[in-house]
Amino acid sequence: MKIGIPRALLYYKYHYLWETFFDELGIDYIVSPETNKEIFNRGMENAIDEACLSSKIYLGHVDYLIGKCDYILVPRVSNYGDQGTVCTKFQAIYDIVSNTFRDRGIKILYYNIDYRNSDTEMKAFIKMGKYLGIRRVKSIRAFTIAKQAEKTAMIMDEKHQEQLLNLDKIKILIIAHHYNIYDKYIGKPIVDYLRDMGTIPIIGDIANKKEALEKSAEISETLPWVYNKELIGSIAMYREKVDGIILMSSFNCGPDSLVNEIILRRVKDKPILNLIIDGQEGSAGIETRLESFLDIIQFKKDDYYVKI
Amino acid sequence: MSRYKVSFPHLGNYYIPLEILFTEGLEVDYIIPPSVTKRTLELGTRYSPDAVCAPFKYTLGNFIETLELGANTLVQAGGVCRLGYYGELDEQILRDLGYDVKFVNFAKTRISKPSTFYDKFKEINPNLSLNRIAKILPLVLKMVEYIDEIEDYVRKNIGFEVEKGSFDSLHEEFLESLEKVRTKPELNNTYQKYLNLFKGIKLKKPKRPLMVGIVGEYYTIMEPFSNHYIEKELAQKGIVVDRWMNVSNSLLHRPVKKVREHIKNYAKYDMGATSMYTIDKTLEFAKKKYDGVIHVKSSGCTPEIDAMPVLQNISSDHKIPILYFSFDTQTSDTGIQTRLEAFYDMIIMRKEKDNE
Repeated sequence: MKIGIPRALLYYKYHYLWETFFDELGIDYIVSPETNKEIFNRGMENAIDEACLSSKIYLGHVDYLIGKCDYILVPRVSNYGDQGTVCTKFQAIYDIVSNTFRDRGIKILYYNIDYRNSDTEMKAFIKMGKYLGIRRVKSIRAFTIAKQAEKTAMIMDEKHQEQLLNLDKIKILIIAHHYNIYDKYIGKPIVDYLRDMGTIPIIGDIANKKEALEKSAEISETLPWVYNKELIGSIAMYREKVDGIILMSSFNCGPDSLVNEIILRRVKDKPILNLIIDGQEGSAGIETRLESFLDIIQFKKDDYYVKI
Repeated sequence: MSRYKVSFPHLGNYYIPLEILFTEGLEVDYIIPPSVTKRTLELGTRYSPDAVCAPFKYTLGNFIETLELGANTLVQAGGVCRLGYYGELDEQILRDLGYDVKFVNFAKTRISKPSTFYDKFKEINPNLSLNRIAKILPLVLKMVEYIDEIEDYVRKNIGFEVEKGSFDSLHEEFLESLEKVRTKPELNNTYQKYLNLFKGIKLKKPKRPLMVGIVGEYYTIMEPFSNHYIEKELAQKGIVVDRWMNVSNSLLHRPVKKVREHIKNYAKYDMGATSMYTIDKTLEFAKKKYDGVIHVKSSGCTPEIDAMPVLQNISSDHKIPILYFSFDTQTSDTGIQTRLEAFYDMIIMRKEKDNE
């Protein structure tokens, strides 16, 4: 038996958890490769035109996995209880996938997070195990270990980033969803470019989630979506330490269309660049914008030292 | 602030019961927002972020128009999609524009905590009396139901009136009389009277007329300007227009459990916001052998986009044509008419073929 894991959407947030869980249970799995031209094109073909770029890419990854595994892991998330909800895309993705690929004999693994209806993460993993014929105790044990691995990895990322924040170099905070920032077709070229230019990209998504969630209210009080709350909270945590902020969204992202506007109107002490990535244009246009953004930051910095 | 002049964005004809709720129940003045027009959309678009969905632009434009009319307290609803975050951004944009306004945002309430709703109403009027609200609320809700019922009848029959304009003028008259209603007996009398009048309008309806169901996103489906009066366009071609989505059906009598049962072969989970209803009604129209379904939404509406792969499957399983409309601020009337014409020609041809 082999599980297929699409390397898109929630993969980047949960891959430590998922992979350790399957490793512990000795279940074989395959992760689709990084987004490439073929996956991208398959996503475009399968998706509804107006859907957001990230979800189109996701369908490309699912398409890639069909026929290469027995079950595909398509996590459905509705909410995280009191912490908040998520974009309805995550609520719908299970049924989007099953309807889009229904004539191709796709089998989707059980995975449902809905805290308000007491479907907690642990419960989801126990049920997923059951679906695969694994005993409850074994699933719980694997889940506990996976959770520990996830936690360790997150702390290491956080600590590493905290060291970067103390370096005396130009630091740019990137506010982008995990599934965008790490995707080869969306965020990765931008992070690479910033590094090449000698600046330090700070990833908002790496900030300690608990602290970020608490701090998010400093900037926005009624924000419903957890992933956006974590990002906006990272601005509250890091704004003093960075020289500029990039808001990077994938084309047609619903939540970002409102949240970016709130950030632009409320975070006034740092230069902000609002980038929308559509995956179509070449890198030249974006590089020009990044370059002039870095120029502005450099000017500001120089000016500051002159005043001293 | 001397006197509260409250307003809430336009949605169909619900401003009438809302006015009664605010004036009689909360004892504040209610500013009826001007009907949604091109200007509403222009105002809203000018101050909204580009990529936001059209209902945000319409409601922001409507807020600005009501402020121009003297409103000083604005109310925004909460919701389960982007609507849940409209209020905070509305307020920020209006403040940045320099409006000194009290903004009551129902996104701050929690269904699990009814007292938060009380707190919000208190913001509208600190001296509110719960008794008064409790007294007027049944009237308000019943009025919403009657409006919905009458409009449902209008949609299904207006295309077949013998004398052009009889439905529209009676509908207008009906709404005007509702504005004067303050008690339940008055409401019942008005409703009965107009129901009879509507049923008395002479119709020339074929035995099996063309039937088209309309499904889609909450705001765009209910605010006729935003869907370019698509229901009227259809009716004028002699079509029975069936639309389930309205406030009574989706809010007052939410059939969540039933809907999930109906659609379980197509959707395992609740796919968010109005998508479940869109799927359920499309399936129902398909099973009832309607001639076609029209799906309307504002451009970029995530839950409705996500319902589309399901609708496509229903369409191919039940051989029912579905026309998809996505409205943004740039949509032109001509484009819509051309597509409607083509759709109409197609369903007529299918029908003739069936009859052979």
